[in-house]
Amino acid sequence: MAAGEELTLSSHIQHHLTNAKMCTVDGSVAFNKACSEAGFWTWHVDTLAWSIGLGILFLWIFRSVANKATVGVPGKLQCFIEMVVEFVAANVRDTYHGKSKLIAPLALTIFVWVFLMNLMDLVPVDFLPAFAGFVGETAFGMDSKDVYMKIVPTTDINMTAALAVGVFLLMIGYSIRIKGVLGFIKELTLHPFSTKNVPLQILLIPFNLLLELIALVAKPFSLALRLFGNLYAGEMIFILIGAIGLAQLPLHFVWAVFHILVIVLQAFVFMMLTIVYLSMASSDNH
Amino acid sequence: MNLNATLLGELIAFTVFVLFCMKFVWPPLMNAIETRQQKIADGLAASDRAEKDLALAQDKAKDQLKDAKAQAAEIIEQARKREAKMIEEAAQKANAERDNILAQTKAEVEAERNRLREDLRKQVAALAVAGAERILQRSIDEAAHSDILEKLVQEL
Repeated sequence: MAAGEELTLSSHIQHHLTNAKMCTVDGSVAFNKACSEAGFWTWHVDTLAWSIGLGILFLWIFRSVANKATVGVPGKLQCFIEMVVEFVAANVRDTYHGKSKLIAPLALTIFVWVFLMNLMDLVPVDFLPAFAGFVGETAFGMDSKDVYMKIVPTTDINMTAALAVGVFLLMIGYSIRIKGVLGFIKELTLHPFSTKNVPLQILLIPFNLLLELIALVAKPFSLALRLFGNLYAGEMIFILIGAIGLAQLPLHFVWAVFHILVIVLQAFVFMMLTIVYLSMASSDNH
Repeated sequence: MNLNATLLGELIAFTVFVLFCMKFVWPPLMNAIETRQQKIADGLAASDRAEKDLALAQDKAKDQLKDAKAQAAEIIEQARKREAKMIEEAAQKANAERDNILAQTKAEVEAERNRLREDLRKQVAALAVAGAERILQRSIDEAAHSDILEKLVQEL
């Protein structure tokens, strides 16, 4: 266990599930517990650092391969990258029938980025927090209990919500671009209950609007909460397994193997739903 | 589990990543993949064409080989005929030469024999005359008996 012996199990878990926070209090930068009153303007520095670092890693690898991409016989890395790209491109081709230069790179970014962030879940839960605590203690003279390090960005609701909000904004953007503002409003108000009787139709508009708005807003919520929930639960179980001593080894192995499936599946589901939602937003026939 | 400014930061990062991917990652990779697909398709088509060409060329080569064999047989036949002819001609020529030489030799031999016989006759005549002269020297007048001697020479 990374934490000191005087820590109870619940505080150990609590420690693992807390982000490193940064905020400004009275004009100066403050960290962690000092930020409890900072409200919205709190930054989760670990989430930001890990996610942006992984995003840059993804783009750096893919960009360097793209730079050296040969149309002749590809190397092993290029083969692998092309397999991923082809996989995403095939899914986009099958699902999205409009013309868009954005959808496929968007899907690729979501798939690989989310996968890499999920992959951090397989790093044994105590390694990096313990290392961060050690660094904080020796380099900055902090109590290791006050050093927080949550390395899986997708177990932070802010991360998954940011992705979902991005997709949601694109959905609205595509709806308006393809159908026009009026078309979008019509879609929200004249379905699912439609009739040729004009006064009755006007009566039905509020119901339609309510239903359609719920359906629309449910999409980003489901995106964000599905990814967050799966990874948070997985992480929680890793922490619990990590807290039971030597017996954790076989359990940890079994759960990690199972989790390999979960992290790929969740990345794939997020990508697929993004494509489907944008496809729905781009299609006229309701 | 509370929403805070991290969301905004991640949203900006997400936007930047997607735009970067769209501008600098997706197009070159897709371009490489599609160009390669085109090249492979072209290569397969070319190999099909080459296979057909090969079959055609093989047929052609077979035909040409057959022609060449026929021609060779013809040439050999002609050569054989010419050989036989040449041998025959040579034999004829040799025979003629032989006959020629033989005839010439015969004629020479004949001439030599004639000449020898003439000599011999003259010598025998002279000998006979000398013999007769000796025998008859005392009794016969040469002038008176010349006609007998002449007859004797004729008979030899």
